[in-house]
Amino acid sequence: MRIVAVTSCPTGIAHTYMAAEALEQAAHAAGHEIFVETQGAAGADPVPADQLAAAQAVVFAADVEVRGRERFAGKPLVEATVKSAIHDAAALIAKAEAAAAAAGASAASTPEPTASPAPVSSAAGGVSVKGAGTKLRQWLMTGVSYMIPFVAAGGLMIAFAFMFGGAVVKFKVVGGTYEGHTYAAITDYSKLLAQAGWAGVLFEMGSVAFSMLVPILSGFIAYAIVDRPGLVPGIVAGLIASLVGAGYLGGLIGGLLAGGVVYAIMRLRLPRFLSALMPVLIIPLISTIIVGGLMLLVVGEPVAAAQRGLTSWLNGLNGSNAALLGAVLGLMMAFDMGGPVNKVAYSFGLAGLASGNLTVMAAVMAAGMTPPIALALATIVRPKLFTPAERKAGNAAWLLGASFITEGAIPFAAADPLRVIPSLMTGSAVTGALSMQFGATSRAPHGGIWVIGLIGHPVQYVVALLAGIAVSAACVIGAKHIGRRAEVDADASAGAPAPAATPVPVG
Amino acid sequence: MTVTELILPEFVLLDLEAPDRHAATRRLGESLVASGRVADLDGFLADVRAREAQMPTGIEGGIGIPHARSAHVTAPSLAFGRSAQGIDFGADDGPAHLIFLIAAPDGGDAAHMRILAALARRLVHESFRGALLEAPDPQSVVDIVTKEVLAR
Repeated sequence: MRIVAVTSCPTGIAHTYMAAEALEQAAHAAGHEIFVETQGAAGADPVPADQLAAAQAVVFAADVEVRGRERFAGKPLVEATVKSAIHDAAALIAKAEAAAAAAGASAASTPEPTASPAPVSSAAGGVSVKGAGTKLRQWLMTGVSYMIPFVAAGGLMIAFAFMFGGAVVKFKVVGGTYEGHTYAAITDYSKLLAQAGWAGVLFEMGSVAFSMLVPILSGFIAYAIVDRPGLVPGIVAGLIASLVGAGYLGGLIGGLLAGGVVYAIMRLRLPRFLSALMPVLIIPLISTIIVGGLMLLVVGEPVAAAQRGLTSWLNGLNGSNAALLGAVLGLMMAFDMGGPVNKVAYSFGLAGLASGNLTVMAAVMAAGMTPPIALALATIVRPKLFTPAERKAGNAAWLLGASFITEGAIPFAAADPLRVIPSLMTGSAVTGALSMQFGATSRAPHGGIWVIGLIGHPVQYVVALLAGIAVSAACVIGAKHIGRRAEVDADASAGAPAPAATPVPVG
Repeated sequence: MTVTELILPEFVLLDLEAPDRHAATRRLGESLVASGRVADLDGFLADVRAREAQMPTGIEGGIGIPHARSAHVTAPSLAFGRSAQGIDFGADDGPAHLIFLIAAPDGGDAAHMRILAALARRLVHESFRGALLEAPDPQSVVDIVTKEVLAR
């Protein structure tokens, strides 16, 4: 069997190396191959990529955080302290054997993300689907975990900007017409403070941080799949997704695409003189050309076409049944949380605002506030259903939702889209329909609860909000129970999946 | 830097008896101060104590390895003490009979650190411990360490 291990300790001069030596001895005694990365003071020799790819089990003997932990994502993992490795390395190696064996059944037939030689043993077809699903979730979660700090930092800066500066802040910075005033967009940033005030500065900083959400998401999804080579095509795919208005769903696709393309390129057999150029030139260039081209030419236009189609359809709805229009707008606001569909609904609201139809704007804003608040509520009511990272995101989501920053819900949706998105859509539809039914109006295009003074029928507006929040939170909690038990059982019996590139005989 | 300079006969205390680990570490540290390996004994001992406070450095098999990277260390050094009676270093299976005080300079370069890493790797070998337990005099200890660490 092939094992890779990482050892690390606080000082990095003694235990790190003692544990490494003990693990090597125990592994060789048991007839295994092992590579130990000692993250100590003498500098770490990283696990070579081929060793990593071929490894059937990973052992962490570490008292401090393992650096580059995500490199090992998806492999059967045994974690222990450095001392336990020194005292009883044989027991750790035995655990690694057990973990690899448990994962082996499913891993041997786990399909790789791109065309690779078909695994030899594909008997357990049913299990492989679960393995692929688990891997997909790990990739998405890696991307999300890197994105969450951007959501929190950017989102809260924008929220503070609205709290202190009101809805007009946005127009002072990006330009546009608000309440009869036409503001020029700020192009000379030396005048930002003078023209838009501190709230404007906060808004601008938050907007810049926010513009990195999708690139970070897609970049680190690709990073989770293929490690560092995935970053360039992944981030570029995310930037293009933002550019063409494909939002975070586009970024999600782009990240997976980038990971797959890099994975395929890395498996090309190239002449030796070219293979030296692989990491610095060939992989970044070729993968980015392919992924960027696909994003720009293939993924972009359908998204734009969908936007046009949606707008004309909404125009058809307007005027027939107000509550139905509110429900549809609510569905759209929650569907992709800041993505193209959400933007169509939002710009529809803005168009209403410009033409004096203030009810649509109110419905859109309320429906956009519901998702983050509902998720924040759900993490409080049933914390066990959420990961620690999600619970932290939940803390920030209160303020993000109250400020009409729907993106606060993205971390949850990206990690578990099939359960979260429909739940959020349901609640937002309720909120949108009620807001229209009550005839609530909004003269503010943004700002959430901080512009409640500009809302007509504020009490009914809050009722509509609370109703949607309650519905969404209940749906999310309910959905998190569906299928979860079966999934956990499958994970437990199959162990973590081991994405060995080519099946290696055990032993 | 060669391994011979890592440990000198003056750093070897074959009859180290001390009431506790701090006293034992201090005695070993004093031997390093005498040859200028440690500039400020109290400062260095404070760094060792800080490391020890994170987690005891005693390991099974009767070994204690107080150690630190410290600004007060001038060159990577090993002081070795042997205690027939044993000194508690917090290991689960009883007191330590072999005590290795590893002193690493704060900004030690990679070559120095590799020597210390090689030393640490030898510590888990039964044969290495056995030889040190039976070493008749300080020069033999220096020879054993030199041979074993260089052999890698």
